[in-house]
Amino acid sequence: MVKAIVYISLKNGVLDPEGKAIQNALTNFGFQEINEIRKGKFIEIELNENNKLKAKDKVDKMCRKLLVNTVIENYNIEIID
Amino acid sequence: MKSAVIVFPGSNCDRDIAVTLSKVTGKKPLMIWHNENVIPKGIDLIVLPGGFTYGDYLRSGAIASTSKIISEVKNKANKGVAILGVCNGFQILTESGLLSGILLPNKNLKFICKDVHLRVEENNSVFTKLFKLNEIITIPIAHHDGNYFVTEEELNILKDKNLIALRYCNPSGEVNIDSNPNGSIENIAGVFSSNKRVLGMMPHPERLADIKLGGIEGLKFFEGLLEGFS
Repeated sequence: MVKAIVYISLKNGVLDPEGKAIQNALTNFGFQEINEIRKGKFIEIELNENNKLKAKDKVDKMCRKLLVNTVIENYNIEIID
Repeated sequence: MKSAVIVFPGSNCDRDIAVTLSKVTGKKPLMIWHNENVIPKGIDLIVLPGGFTYGDYLRSGAIASTSKIISEVKNKANKGVAILGVCNGFQILTESGLLSGILLPNKNLKFICKDVHLRVEENNSVFTKLFKLNEIITIPIAHHDGNYFVTEEELNILKDKNLIALRYCNPSGEVNIDSNPNGSIENIAGVFSSNKRVLGMMPHPERLADIKLGGIEGLKFFEGLLEGFS
């Protein structure tokens, strides 16, 4: 069994009001050094599959089918034992 | 005109749409559960109503776009059946690939529920034929994720082929940043598919389709469809 972690981030140029709101809140706490915050998400998937390459391929299909909307999001898959 | 309304878990405007369709067509629409996989022959219009399908998990409309009925909606779209998606219905249509772009959270991160002015950008369609070009109409919006985004490449296609249906504007019809309620790119409130048989729009025409609701401006979308299919 392997575990996959999918990191999903917003593409450059896509408005991220949530990231902006987090940035404003942190700035209010005195963290003046923040240039920009972009909020993303990650998804953990446990697979009944021992072959890492096959697992990654499966997860890539999942990303394209549902997990990621490639109009606005980039993604990166990490496979862990 | 025969119509059908797709009902998903979390739809909440399905009955409002049904009341409007019954009133306009004189016939009750067929209510089709998302788990069905057939839409009967002879249906002229399919409506995907507003709501919060699957609690907007993952991305608004993303989970609903994987429903069994969506493959059938795609089949019907290929055959040229008119398909209208309102609010969450619009989000489902973009997530299923029937319309380009995506609806992101509103720029101010607030749920916005108010009447907005819209400019009809294209009246050469089964949905908007009863409006004059550049006519200014007032229809309510009620959404958290109505911030339309599309890649520059696809935006150019929308413009070149007149596939932008509606834009947010001020009472005198000017499209500017002040009349943009949610941060949508170029104030876009509704778009067509390339053959203009699919329309997705954030404003709710069914919420202004009875004098008791304060106006009937929204009725024109449905009356235009009726005219086309009778």
